[in-house]
Amino acid sequence: MITLLDTLVQGLLLGGLYTLTALGLSLAFGVMRLVNVAHGDFMVLGAYFALVIMQTLGLHPLLSLLIVLPGMAVAGYLAQRFVLDRTLGRDILPPLLVTFGFSIIVQSALLEVFSADSRRLDAGDLVTASFNVFGDFYVGWFPLLITVLAVAMVAAMQWLFARTRIGRAFRAVSDDQEIAQLMGIDHKHVFALALAVASACVGLAGVLFGMSTTFDPAIGPAHLIYAFEAVIIGGMGSFWGTFVGGVLLGTMQAIGFRVDPGWGVLFGHAAFLLVLLFRPSGLFPRTRDQ
Amino acid sequence: MSLLSTHRLTAFYGDFQALFGIDFSLAAGEVVAIIGANGAGKSTFLRTVAGLNRAPRDAVVFDGQPIGGLAPSTIVKLGLALVPEGRRLFPSLTVEENLLIGANPGRAGPWNLASVCRLFPILKERRRSAATALSGGQQQMVAIARALMSNPRVLLCDELSLGLAPLVIRDIYATLPKVREHGAAIVIVEQDIGQAMRVADRVYCLQEGRVSLTGQPQELTRAQVSSAYFGV
Amino acid sequence: MSTMAAESVHSAPPAPGFAVVRATRTSRIALTLLAALTALLASLPWWAEASTMRTASEFLYYLALAQMWNLLAGYGGLGSFGQQAFVGLGGYALVVFSLKFGLDPFFSVLLGGLVCGVIAMPVSKLLFRLHGAYFAVGTWVAAEVFRLLVANMSWLGGGSGVSITTVMQRIDDWWRDAATLWIAIALGIGSLLAVFLLLRSRLGLGLTAVRDSEAAAESIGISVPRLKFWVYVIAAAGFGLAGALIFLTKLRISPDSAFAINWTITVVFIVVIGGLGTIEGPLIGTALYFLLRDTLSDYGSWYLIVFGALAIAVMLLMRQGIWGFVRQRFGLELFPVQRRLRLEATAERRP
Repeated sequence: MITLLDTLVQGLLLGGLYTLTALGLSLAFGVMRLVNVAHGDFMVLGAYFALVIMQTLGLHPLLSLLIVLPGMAVAGYLAQRFVLDRTLGRDILPPLLVTFGFSIIVQSALLEVFSADSRRLDAGDLVTASFNVFGDFYVGWFPLLITVLAVAMVAAMQWLFARTRIGRAFRAVSDDQEIAQLMGIDHKHVFALALAVASACVGLAGVLFGMSTTFDPAIGPAHLIYAFEAVIIGGMGSFWGTFVGGVLLGTMQAIGFRVDPGWGVLFGHAAFLLVLLFRPSGLFPRTRDQ
Repeated sequence: MSLLSTHRLTAFYGDFQALFGIDFSLAAGEVVAIIGANGAGKSTFLRTVAGLNRAPRDAVVFDGQPIGGLAPSTIVKLGLALVPEGRRLFPSLTVEENLLIGANPGRAGPWNLASVCRLFPILKERRRSAATALSGGQQQMVAIARALMSNPRVLLCDELSLGLAPLVIRDIYATLPKVREHGAAIVIVEQDIGQAMRVADRVYCLQEGRVSLTGQPQELTRAQVSSAYFGV
Repeated sequence: MSTMAAESVHSAPPAPGFAVVRATRTSRIALTLLAALTALLASLPWWAEASTMRTASEFLYYLALAQMWNLLAGYGGLGSFGQQAFVGLGGYALVVFSLKFGLDPFFSVLLGGLVCGVIAMPVSKLLFRLHGAYFAVGTWVAAEVFRLLVANMSWLGGGSGVSITTVMQRIDDWWRDAATLWIAIALGIGSLLAVFLLLRSRLGLGLTAVRDSEAAAESIGISVPRLKFWVYVIAAAGFGLAGALIFLTKLRISPDSAFAINWTITVVFIVVIGGLGTIEGPLIGTALYFLLRDTLSDYGSWYLIVFGALAIAVMLLMRQGIWGFVRQRFGLELFPVQRRLRLEATAERRP
């Protein structure tokens, strides 16, 4: 019984991390129909960025966010404005290939600079502390914090899109780029802002990830896949859907892992493929077209 | 002194030339209609003036300033708004949000949420609906109101009557004089020749990318219009 | 006019005023050169060093992979990022057939291709529900599933993999290197010719139509889903054959090396830089890749960074790739698939 509860809670908490990672992907896709293949590598980049800041300035990883978040936002803005913008259009291959190129470059560059050694963002006891819920059942503080933060971020994104001027602009350019220009909207700037926010988001996920577990230059692609699966399961165009997708994915992985350590990720893939088979547009889809 | 004018305006879609040198003028307070058969270049003309198609720099002059080649987002801030063909409301936005986003260019003037709702009462009633849930005629009203929210000095209307019932068309056209009263000059592109001639001060007829006829509606004979329209 | 009518009644029908041709002088030269090159390569075992033969084999199997991906994405419109699944499956088919069942390893390569073609059939049914970018990532997930399934099978060596040196030890060294090279030649040159011939056939005409406009193609009776299905299956078989050959040369296989996304990345970049949708493109791209890898071999992963940057630059500035640019600028085509109308003037036709 405790095992089942523990597994489910582990799944939920893992789901929180996946949600945080997937939010940026969901945003970029929602606004620009862009699947950023380098998304997972951006996450790892965020972790390494924090590592450098910690090593040079001696800051606590959470404090390093003050530099990492704006830094990642700027990187995302520039990448969209000056490179990706020229690939958006009817042909789906160019943005995929360019972001693939980004992925390779980021991975190889990180490998050259930091080597393949596993790293960890040292945050002391915060990360390993847990509290007793009842009897023998313990829950880690940090994973819980991450999940709560994920929920808060989803709510924040939802609010941003539904109630702010920039959110309206995001929705308008996503609907009809041409007519949005007639409203005085500089669509290139709006797209770049979208990727900036998405990059800051995934940078946050990277730092938190780096605090909870070890990372190295090569783990990016795996997390792109998890993020992608979370978004697809939940349904494109819905932030709450991404949360549900993330939690479902995390839970399936936790269950799979409990059955056999080699099967964790496989269970997640199975869930993804099942959704593809029976509900290809996801559980709570919002966007109209592809 | 014309408010908006074009000089030998050309327009291309890739290698295909759609406009072959259009000379056009619009004075403040005027309503000018552009008629012509399908493919004559009427919509292309409006799109090019609005900046969605690239125009040579001096080919389009607005209020004494050459605006050819400027981005559409810049042109609308100068006071030129387009009601696009087919309405093209934002499906992800409600009626109210479509109107609000129309005000994005931030120009001062008589048009705001309250005044456009007085012009088209249905807007207030359905303001929280998804824009695409409205009927064709209602959507057309939203599209016009959205363009008005930017307080334009020139309103470009592309095929307002497309797909609408005659009664609805009549109601929509009845609001144009009020728009003119509040200070905007209007260019309407229309397939409905009768409607166009009834409301316009002057008319241009386009045929295969060229101006085939221009004049005041009351001076033009039926035969002249017919020949200019069809090119026979 | 009446004299002509009278003529036509009395004489044999006039020679046609046009001919439909495909070959040009350039293409005939290219094909001759290709034949010569193939002969040269095939002769390597008798005079070249083992390392030269290995490099040649590697070049040829990358060429095969590139031609297959070009067929998939450039002509079939299927931008799959999961082809590494078939590289891995082909490699493990080799293990199963030659190591476990004791069959001749070279025959097992062929079987590997066949097995992959068969597996691709149901897989495509699932994946074809996705389009565009989702299809791309979906194929990647499918590859990951295969990797994990294999990694969890201990009889295949599990996560650490297995070695097939025992299988190859039975075979004489010279023969092993020669046969590997010849299979590589068959694969590399063969895939080039196969794609060339395919595109000249009715199937190819259908593909070109689909590439230009799926809706239009459907409206003239081409079954787009069927076409894409067969392209996917053929490409899978091609990747499987190459995968089996690759691990024949590497002698050791593990899930991580067999199903690595790197296979797809390298091949995609090769095709894109060389020129997507051209037959000559993969040839150029592969050559460039080897050149880059060789010259930058002392600098660790720098060649990958350069390669990635090149791919991005091509996408931004010269989307049609190197050969696409050459073809556009100079009208050069080494392997023409278009039919041309050649007008011939005949005396009878002059008024």
